Amino acid sequence: MTELLQFVLSGVTVGAVYALVALGFTIIYNASNVVNFAQGEFVMLGGMVTFFAWQAGLPLPLAAALAILAAAAVGVALNKLAVERARGAPVVSLIIITIGASIFLRGGAQLVFDKQLHRFPAISGDEPINIGGATILPQGLWVIAGAALVFALLYVFFTRTLTGKAILATANNRVAARLVGINTDHMMTLSFALSAAIGALAGVLMTPITLTSYDLGVAYALKGFAAAMLGGMGVPAGALAGGLLLGLIEALTAGYISSVYKDAVAFIVILAVLFAMPQGLFGRKSTDRV
Amino acid sequence: MRLSSKHLTLLILAAIVLVAPLGFPSNFYYRIGSLIFVNGLAVTGLVILIGFAGQISLGHAGFAGIGAYACALAPQYLGLHPALAMLLGTALSAAIAWLIGRPILRLQGYYLAVATLGFGILVTMVLANEAPITGGPDGHDVPELGLRKLLETIGIDLSNAQFWYAFTGLFLLAGAWLALNLHDSPSGRALRALHDSEIAARTVGVDVARYKLSAFVLSAVYASLSGSLLALMNKFITPDAAGFLHSIELVTMTVLGGASSVPGAVAGAALLTLLPQVLTALQDYEHMILGLIMMLVMIFMPAGLVPSLSRLLRGRT
Amino acid sequence: MSFALRTAAVALLLGTAAPALAEIKIGATVSETGPASSLGDPEAKTLRMLVEEINAAGGVLGEKIKLIAYDDAGDPNKARTFATRLIEDDEVVAIVGGSTTGTTMSIMKVVAEAEIPFISLAGAIEIVDPVQTWTFKTPHTDRMACAKIFENMKTSGITRIGMISGSDGFGSSMHKQCLQIIGDYGIEVLVDETYGPTDADMTPQLTNIRGKEGVQAILNAGFGQGPAIVTRNYGQLGIKTPLYQSHGVASKAFIELAGPASNGVKLPGTAILVANLLKQDDPQYGVVNAYKKAYEDKNGSPASTFGGYAHDGLRLLVDAIGRAGKAEPKAIRDAIEQTKGYVGVTGIVNMSPTDHLGLDLTAFRMLEIKDGNWALAQ
Repeated sequence: MTELLQFVLSGVTVGAVYALVALGFTIIYNASNVVNFAQGEFVMLGGMVTFFAWQAGLPLPLAAALAILAAAAVGVALNKLAVERARGAPVVSLIIITIGASIFLRGGAQLVFDKQLHRFPAISGDEPINIGGATILPQGLWVIAGAALVFALLYVFFTRTLTGKAILATANNRVAARLVGINTDHMMTLSFALSAAIGALAGVLMTPITLTSYDLGVAYALKGFAAAMLGGMGVPAGALAGGLLLGLIEALTAGYISSVYKDAVAFIVILAVLFAMPQGLFGRKSTDRV
Repeated sequence: MRLSSKHLTLLILAAIVLVAPLGFPSNFYYRIGSLIFVNGLAVTGLVILIGFAGQISLGHAGFAGIGAYACALAPQYLGLHPALAMLLGTALSAAIAWLIGRPILRLQGYYLAVATLGFGILVTMVLANEAPITGGPDGHDVPELGLRKLLETIGIDLSNAQFWYAFTGLFLLAGAWLALNLHDSPSGRALRALHDSEIAARTVGVDVARYKLSAFVLSAVYASLSGSLLALMNKFITPDAAGFLHSIELVTMTVLGGASSVPGAVAGAALLTLLPQVLTALQDYEHMILGLIMMLVMIFMPAGLVPSLSRLLRGRT
Repeated sequence: MSFALRTAAVALLLGTAAPALAEIKIGATVSETGPASSLGDPEAKTLRMLVEEINAAGGVLGEKIKLIAYDDAGDPNKARTFATRLIEDDEVVAIVGGSTTGTTMSIMKVVAEAEIPFISLAGAIEIVDPVQTWTFKTPHTDRMACAKIFENMKTSGITRIGMISGSDGFGSSMHKQCLQIIGDYGIEVLVDETYGPTDADMTPQLTNIRGKEGVQAILNAGFGQGPAIVTRNYGQLGIKTPLYQSHGVASKAFIELAGPASNGVKLPGTAILVANLLKQDDPQYGVVNAYKKAYEDKNGSPASTFGGYAHDGLRLLVDAIGRAGKAEPKAIRDAIEQTKGYVGVTGIVNMSPTDHLGLDLTAFRMLEIKDGNWALAQ
């Protein structure tokens, strides 16, 4: 019983990290139908900029805020300099652009920062919290709270605010959105800034648990992408559910079946879900334009 | 006799393969050439899948891994000659592609991307984790193909690098010939119709599912052969050959060169194979420049290098 | 199109490889980036630093050394291409490199064909057993690390352990080699777990090890972030059985990353980790401290075991060139094979035609982390 609880706590902690990354994917996808494969680099920037700013003497909260701002600025630049300029390009070209951006950012980080592993202190210390014989780190709770908060804000944003609906409208039909007076360029910029900020927040929250380095982006982009697809791309609830589910599957497989094949089981579940529900768990049915 | 554009493309490709060695100062350049051909073969397969049929795959290196490990393992465990092992790998890849292609190809766009990605990762994990059989992440030796020795006995004396240059070059030319023929055939037209709009293709009577599956299986065969050639050429293989990064690399080559163009496939493969060699002089900036080139090409030539450039040239004349 | 590209590339490559006279060219291909960059990065930095040092001191045989170093990103296919380039195009007389076993295996095939001496920086025993004419290596084998750990366990009366290994090349190679010899020490593995190289949490695996009746110690085979996260999770779960790490824990950075839970962790380390604890009369005292100081002054990051491998690789090679009296591959190879009593950062090296490693178990010191610092274990 204690074991099960421990596996679940571990799965939820890791799953919340995946969910945060997946939520970042959601926003850009909602504004532009682009899956941004550079999303993992925002996570990396969150951790690395915070560490180096903190190392340079800034208090940790300020360093984290700086990192989130810096990532948002990079996100805006990515949109303005690359994605916006390639408007109308085939989806597969956009994939290559964001992969190119990811390689570029990683190469830059390796030059500006270094290739070492880094960590900064957790928000509420490292003393584990005991729950029925199982333990979770306070930082794990912060990650979970972060994912929940971001999810709630996004949900309200996309369903209750005009700006959020305008972003959805931009993705749905750019021309129509412009006709009803939406500044679609602003919406794109805003969504890239938001998405990058969320990615960086994920990086800030998880670094005390997972450590950070210039090249961790790929791994988290992969997991976050898989989680977002599992839940259904573009739906915040799907990203949250997909992330948590992926984390839980990994932890439970490692605990009960085999740690060797925990990632394999995760992908088998994703494949099985997609075969049964081709739009993911929470995905919307879309109709093809002829 | 007027040359069709298909024959012209093949002629130019063949001429490049034949003439390029005249400028090669050392065996290293043969090695680079053969790497371009090996990559170009897999990328030609992806041109059929992505460019003709409009389906994306982020897991095709998985088939390269199957082809590669067939050449590593079948000689050891089944006593097969490496050439037969290569055929076995091809058959295996085709069978697996046929099996998983049915459910996977019902998915669209990014859902298809993540499903194929999952397939590639599963192959990599099996290769890396079943260490007692595959050698694990540290890799496995691959036996000598033996064809070079055979050629020697009939008086054709090539260095190892020269042999592989010629051998892989032949495979690429054959692969390109097949893809170009497919492009102009009724099947090719059906594929391109479903690329533009599946629903429209279906209404004019194209069996969409069957054509998608054929393109998927065919591209898997190309990838598998490319993996086998790489393994035999290097005489050593690791699970990286099946890895996610290799899959991404292949798609990038396809799209950079021009996803719908067979000569584009070769150009894309050449560009991405040469870049790391050229950029060694700027080692610290290698990754930034690579990323920048990928972005710039896609922004300014969204259709890819070869189609965009040839349009530009045609516009001038 | 592709022809134009190729000619452009040929021109560029030729331009960068212009021959310089009176220079001894040594090649290197290491994993400066990619999944093995925590091995390859300090290796590359060490090689560049040493070549400067050696040239400043007059070079070897009166000639300067020219280092041509490439980054293979841990990809065996790239490593093979770069090895070919080093030999065919750059015309080096010897190669140092191959940060991982996979890249080393690739390079070995090229050097065997071209008959160029090669000093590998990777761990697997297969690199030197059976002995290959042209390949040598400087790191102790993973099997020796296992032996050192099992010896220590045996003297502590530990006979049943839980093992957790990284699923990357380093972890799986050490895992395999440990299992091959564990029987000789009367120790058995009750639980055998793995984790992925980029995993964020290993508590499920450690929970299983903790829950297994009779486990007296835990052994973690891995490098990079894995060992730090395993150690943190070990602390989080409040596990009391002793934790052994491997030589993949290669620098002081580990103690900081793993936090207070690292106190009490034991591992087989090289002298570089305990440079300040070496006695003045220790044969390695001078070389270890000189290297450590030079590296840390130049790079501002802690010197690591992996950098030490590269140090010994290059120094051994230069020493051999000096003894060979000429920079000619065959003569260099023979001289490397005759190396006797070379004192390196990793250990004291005695090569022979049947031993292309030349280290024994004394090269390893059993270390324990006490109060956030290294100490020699009893």
